[in-house]
Amino acid sequence: MANEATSAANGGGRMQALLGWIDERFPLTQMWNEQWGKYYAPKNLNNWYYFGSLSLMVLVMQILTGIFLTMNYKPSAAEAFGSVEYIMRDVEWGWLIRYLHSTGASAFFIVVYLHMFRAMLYGSYRKPRELLWIFGMVIYLVLMGEAFFGYLLPWGNMSYWGAQVIVSLFGTLPVIGSGLVEWIRGDFYISDITLNRFFALHVIALPMVLIFLVVAHLLALHEVGSNNPDGIEVKKNKGPDGHPLDSIPSHPYYSVKDLMGLAFFLILFCGVVFLAPAFGGLFLEPPNFEPANPMQTPPHIAPVWYFTPFYAMLRAVPAFFGTQIWGVLVMGAAIVLLFFLPWLDRAPVKSIRYRGPIYKVGLALFVVCFVTLGYCGLKPAVEPFKTLSVVGTVYYFAFFLLMPWYSRIDSHKPEPQRVKYHAH
Amino acid sequence: MTEHVDKGRRQLLTAATALTGAVGAAFAAAPFLASWKPSARAKALGAPVEVDISKLEVGALLKVEWRGKPVYVVHRSQEMIAELPRNDDRLADPGSQASDQPTYAQNESRAIRPEYLVVLGVCTHLGCAPMGRFTAGDAELGADWPGGFYCPCHGSRFDLAGRVFKGVPAPTNLAVPPYAFADDNHILIGQDKSRAA
Repeated sequence: MANEATSAANGGGRMQALLGWIDERFPLTQMWNEQWGKYYAPKNLNNWYYFGSLSLMVLVMQILTGIFLTMNYKPSAAEAFGSVEYIMRDVEWGWLIRYLHSTGASAFFIVVYLHMFRAMLYGSYRKPRELLWIFGMVIYLVLMGEAFFGYLLPWGNMSYWGAQVIVSLFGTLPVIGSGLVEWIRGDFYISDITLNRFFALHVIALPMVLIFLVVAHLLALHEVGSNNPDGIEVKKNKGPDGHPLDSIPSHPYYSVKDLMGLAFFLILFCGVVFLAPAFGGLFLEPPNFEPANPMQTPPHIAPVWYFTPFYAMLRAVPAFFGTQIWGVLVMGAAIVLLFFLPWLDRAPVKSIRYRGPIYKVGLALFVVCFVTLGYCGLKPAVEPFKTLSVVGTVYYFAFFLLMPWYSRIDSHKPEPQRVKYHAH
Repeated sequence: MTEHVDKGRRQLLTAATALTGAVGAAFAAAPFLASWKPSARAKALGAPVEVDISKLEVGALLKVEWRGKPVYVVHRSQEMIAELPRNDDRLADPGSQASDQPTYAQNESRAIRPEYLVVLGVCTHLGCAPMGRFTAGDAELGADWPGGFYCPCHGSRFDLAGRVFKGVPAPTNLAVPPYAFADDNHILIGQDKSRAA
């Protein structure tokens, strides 16, 4: 017994010595403490705060499954569709790796949309977290590009025509449009050449940019500190140890909490992967089970669900003055507006808990509007979806563009001095 | 030795060096950007195609691939041709002023020979392939539908000369590619009479 205890202590001592040896040469302990171990976060973070760590988990999973998919995938027009079928049927566990990756794409957008909605609930984008929000928005943009490039790779008929439509958006730009489209495609149509370069962008270029941006997003977060459901700055009340009184170190507290969230997420995620990977045609669209056919557009073409709110806006705007660039501009503006959210919101309080009825109703309607737009974007361009798309688009823009006024005249409740927290 | 530091000179040299570096970076970037343009092989594959129309029935549509894009050849009936001018009020560009076609196809029927319509099956909105819906009063497209093309992606409508209707997303008429009649039964797509000669 005594011997075992001594050897364990010696083992610990040796580990300590190794860590010390590393720390003298590389700031390992320091980085761990600054970024997580001794990063103090407000103690009242609720269930909405799972989606940041879940986004990171999904990113890691996408990278891992993606690496294994590239080992069997062939990025050429002649072989791409067949190689995906090969992965599904002949590669051991290939179906699992592929379904994890395809479901992961949709899961990524689900957690990112919920993560962004959390920021809108509690005013997480407000000063001093504007840059944090902007990094997040750039991540969202790059993620959309990543998803779009990845969607062409299976070379199904929906992949093909989806890429055709999105790339053609650039053709609406005056003067440079047609040349730009040719440059993006590298050909006179979406071809083998296009597929090959989208593959390079999907597996190398954009993932590297994403990882870099995620690091920047986390560094910015850990510099300014996390917001919380009360939307008050915990750094205003510091204890004698220099840490905010209402904060707790991320490790072990939030390590454990986030692991619990991850476990719950994985239950739902695996349910989809194993039981409904196509998710009723939402995650994997039926026309994509046929190979790309440049001569035949699928009878009903719609992007994957996470793009449909913006796609509905694109369709809501008719062509006039002999060009249809207006729809493209509206769609682009819908995303650009989000970047300016920190400056559009002029409310004296951050959290929805202390905001007035105008914002509460406005935000609730915004959710309804966004979901409605998403639904319209999945449907054919006929009534009533045409009118609904126009109404949704107008509301989307009104919500943001009128915010500087309504957020100021709205009534507000006083914020508390300390966060509200009930120990369980 | 003097301790004096000429800051102005230092700034000028820094700026000049940075500028030179930026120009160098721009030159270095050019080959990478240019590598995205259609390659020599891609350009070579854009050769003209010959289509046999001898077996194309009246009212039928033939799809031909040219430069990876669908080209539609439609054998129009005399009634279809006679019907065309009646659409003019409902069209965005009835005279094809703002649309893309060779001069020999900028006429009422948008064709060299009125019976044969040759258009690119590429919607001028965002490049989907419109579908032929030649029956007037089509159940889905309404009683006033005169027959033409319907784009499934965003609902753009075109008449039987590929001319776009008002109030749809597509801004211009379906483009007419350069083509010529090699003889009475063969159309050469992608090559003009002028260049064929």
